Amino acid sequence: MTTVTVDATPKPRVERRASRAARLGLRTLALYAVSVLIGIGIWQLLAMRYGASLVASPSQTLSAAGELAREGTLTNSILASSRRILIGWGLGLAVGVPAGLFIGQIKVVRQLLEPYIEFFRFIPPIAFVTLAVVWLGIGESSKVVLIFYTSVFIVILNTSAGVMAVSESKLRAAASLGANRRQILRGVVLPSTVPYIITGARLAMGNSFLTIVSAEIVAAQVGLGALIWTSRNYGRIDWVFVGIITLGVLGFVFDRVLRIVASRVLRRYGVKL
Amino acid sequence: MTKAIEADPTSARADGRRGASVRVDGVDIRFGSFHAVRDISLDIAAGEFLCLLGPSGCGKSTLLSALAGFVRPYQGSLTVDGSPVTGPDPDLGMVFQSSEALFDWLTVGQNVAFGPRMRGRSRAEQSALADEYLGLVGLRHCAGRFPGQLSGGMRQRVQIARVLANQPRVVLMDEPFGALDAQTRQVMQEEMTRIRQATGCTVVFVTHDIDEAILLADRVAVMTAGPAASIKAVYPVDLPGPRDASAPEAAELRRALRQDIGEEVRKALRDQGLDPELGTDLGAEVGTGLGTKLGADLGTEEDR
Repeated sequence: MTTVTVDATPKPRVERRASRAARLGLRTLALYAVSVLIGIGIWQLLAMRYGASLVASPSQTLSAAGELAREGTLTNSILASSRRILIGWGLGLAVGVPAGLFIGQIKVVRQLLEPYIEFFRFIPPIAFVTLAVVWLGIGESSKVVLIFYTSVFIVILNTSAGVMAVSESKLRAAASLGANRRQILRGVVLPSTVPYIITGARLAMGNSFLTIVSAEIVAAQVGLGALIWTSRNYGRIDWVFVGIITLGVLGFVFDRVLRIVASRVLRRYGVKL
Repeated sequence: MTKAIEADPTSARADGRRGASVRVDGVDIRFGSFHAVRDISLDIAAGEFLCLLGPSGCGKSTLLSALAGFVRPYQGSLTVDGSPVTGPDPDLGMVFQSSEALFDWLTVGQNVAFGPRMRGRSRAEQSALADEYLGLVGLRHCAGRFPGQLSGGMRQRVQIARVLANQPRVVLMDEPFGALDAQTRQVMQEEMTRIRQATGCTVVFVTHDIDEAILLADRVAVMTAGPAASIKAVYPVDLPGPRDASAPEAAELRRALRQDIGEEVRKALRDQGLDPELGTDLGAEVGTGLGTKLGADLGTEEDR
């Protein structure tokens, strides 16, 4: 009679690695929490030093947030700004990715468009606020267009840089395996460029958040930018603080979601975030 | 050329493929003012295994790129079974030195099926071909993995299978084992002979390793040091298989190849203004590993 002891097998490697990753994750979270607490502490000290008319304290900001949330302003602002950002940013990607592929792939197109890209990328969206309102009116489109504007160039630049970085041997391999130009673009250039596109998309998201406040400077009824601007008229420093902090948290959440989704869905393309 | 194989899909080895003959006639390759290759002529018989041997930077990879249709010669003609090479062609498969040529976002199986897929084969044919050629290189069990999860030697096997899945008539190999460790390289060299016998295609194999050339080739063409490289000499390799590069029968050929390469290494050293005495010393060592390595490192021009 022989008894086989199964328990003697060592813990599988994957499992060990997973628990190690979990420990590291917890450590990171703990450090984040400590960092936030220290930040709030410093904020509290500054509020005590300068008074409520200059710096709203954490507790004043929190109660102002509660007030704004109860009357629905906060939720509406978040929704309105998120919507503008997502539409403008989405359009920026939808136009920027194909344009970037095209520019990276075809030298003539690159040479024709490069001067404009190099020109416009130095002009901040706020410079176009007046024109946007004059040309597109005070509705949603003027805001969305400004977000689009701030997204599209960075996506184009990153995508075309990715196209130009595709390794020559992959392109040659595809060609000699019988792929035609279109198949190479779809089957080799685009997949190789995915990590660059994602980087462009993340930068564009950051730009969109930087731009949303300018985009809502004129004639916006709702939105986080609008909240910040109108609070000034009411002299409500605490509302300004609510707007700014919400914007930051929202941006963080958007970027996190983008990173998690991209690294899950696009892992095979080498997206590691 | 593609038509030629497809016209006969029912014959024995699935494709009834034979190697194609390759003719290089007075080929001259320039990149702007840089003269890479000067007046090279070579006749490669159908099914032959030809090694292009020479120090790195001598233009052997450039010649291979021209054969693959990536680079257009400045003068001269390249023909495969009488038809001129006009551009990249699935009949002329290319195995690259770096496994960077693999598509990292596709599984090993999808990589191997890439050629058939691009050429509009049915899904069933694609997977049958991928399966057959992955089997040939001994990687059938890795079909579902990604190239990044494989070792260097396995990745080169995938490259070979990917090229063979297109059932090319000529396989061009650009130092395919150059980046592998010594043990893996040895295994791959042994496998190469078997794979080649199983497929019967013509092989043009670029290397700077004398022993590798002796192990694999039917003929070895030694190239002169670049720029403006040409063929210095062509040696037939009449050795029975399985071959052993250190066997006494190989000694004479080995000596001749060493001497040729040594001369070219010394010439390259002189051209670069280095001490010819040092070059003489090197010449004596050439072929023992150190010399070939040094010869390999001499080329400053990009070897493509």
